[in-house]
Amino acid sequence: MGPLIPQGIIPMGWDFVIALLIGIAFGFVLEASGFSSSRNITGVFYGYNFVVLRVFFTAVVVAMIGLQYFDYFGWIDLNQIYVLPTYLSPMIVGAIIMGVGFILGGFCPGTSYTAIAIGKIDAMVFTGGLFLGIFLFSEFFPFFEQFYYSGNMGNITIGEFFGISNTLFTLIFVVIAVVAFYVTWRIELRVRKNMTQYKF
Amino acid sequence: MNQEIDIQDRPKYINPYFGGVLLGLVLLLTFYITGRGLGASGAVKSAVVTTVDQVAPEHAGQNTYMKNFISDDHSPMYNWLVFESFGIFIGGLLSGALFGRIKKLRIEKSPKITNKTRLFAAGIGGILFGIGSQFGRGCSSGAALSGTASSSFGGLLVMLLMFGTGYVVAYFFRKLWI
Repeated sequence: MGPLIPQGIIPMGWDFVIALLIGIAFGFVLEASGFSSSRNITGVFYGYNFVVLRVFFTAVVVAMIGLQYFDYFGWIDLNQIYVLPTYLSPMIVGAIIMGVGFILGGFCPGTSYTAIAIGKIDAMVFTGGLFLGIFLFSEFFPFFEQFYYSGNMGNITIGEFFGISNTLFTLIFVVIAVVAFYVTWRIELRVRKNMTQYKF
Repeated sequence: MNQEIDIQDRPKYINPYFGGVLLGLVLLLTFYITGRGLGASGAVKSAVVTTVDQVAPEHAGQNTYMKNFISDDHSPMYNWLVFESFGIFIGGLLSGALFGRIKKLRIEKSPKITNKTRLFAAGIGGILFGIGSQFGRGCSSGAALSGTASSSFGGLLVMLLMFGTGYVVAYFFRKLWI
């Protein structure tokens, strides 16, 4: 029964080998899906290319349903799966800052690594910016340390927050995703009709 | 007519739904093996902490944020996300080589802006993403993707607000892209 490493089924020594292999698979899929191109990525915000939404939502749906079924079949102990803790206000602020960074930079950290791999200078500068940003955050940390730890809600799940089961939320998310796929497909068709060039 | 030529020239990417299924399976496998999801910004954080720790170890040890990631028995680079992120780079290299997208160093941008503008925006974008990912407890991979997939409320929150903010401010920066 999984998860394999926390349960000691795969010894800890394999941890970093597995990390490397998983990273390779992750990076391959990101690049092959077109995430090494910033203009491809930002298309999601201007309606000319919704590849980000398609890949992202499909991946969440697959992983979410997968985890639910693995739990149902007794293949995995969901209690041992790490649930990212929620710190309400700092996470709201962080997400808004990242949203602006997304539009300006055209990448997120993972995608910028794959773009560097195929030779994009803008991705190198973006990653340099990441380094500088995290450095600045660390240096000025004492000024907002209290805020950083505020709004701690612990490892709260989506279901717990809304008072429903996570299985039900998974179903709701699938419906939202399918509707989003259809609507964005229609939008994309209309936007592209008015575009004179599409070559990234 | 031009449009037809351009469409033929478009880089060959895999079908996005197929890509999404593959990414979802990679993520599911990661949860199954390690009990945690994927990540990306954590590797840069390790690099920052390592650098400061090498250049000014006392300063790093006194910093209330960085000291959380410094341990006596191993370097901050000895970290799961560092190995995984190195893998992301190799994976990108493999896919780029397979589909013929590895070319000489270049800058991708809208024809309406200069290289300088693009690089300036990329740098600022990176800085903001770096700061935001610390407050957000992860970036698009660690918080939005893996967080939401593991039913974390914070993950869902970061995903919705990050993309939502993108839509709100997209209009003001449209010249960068279209």
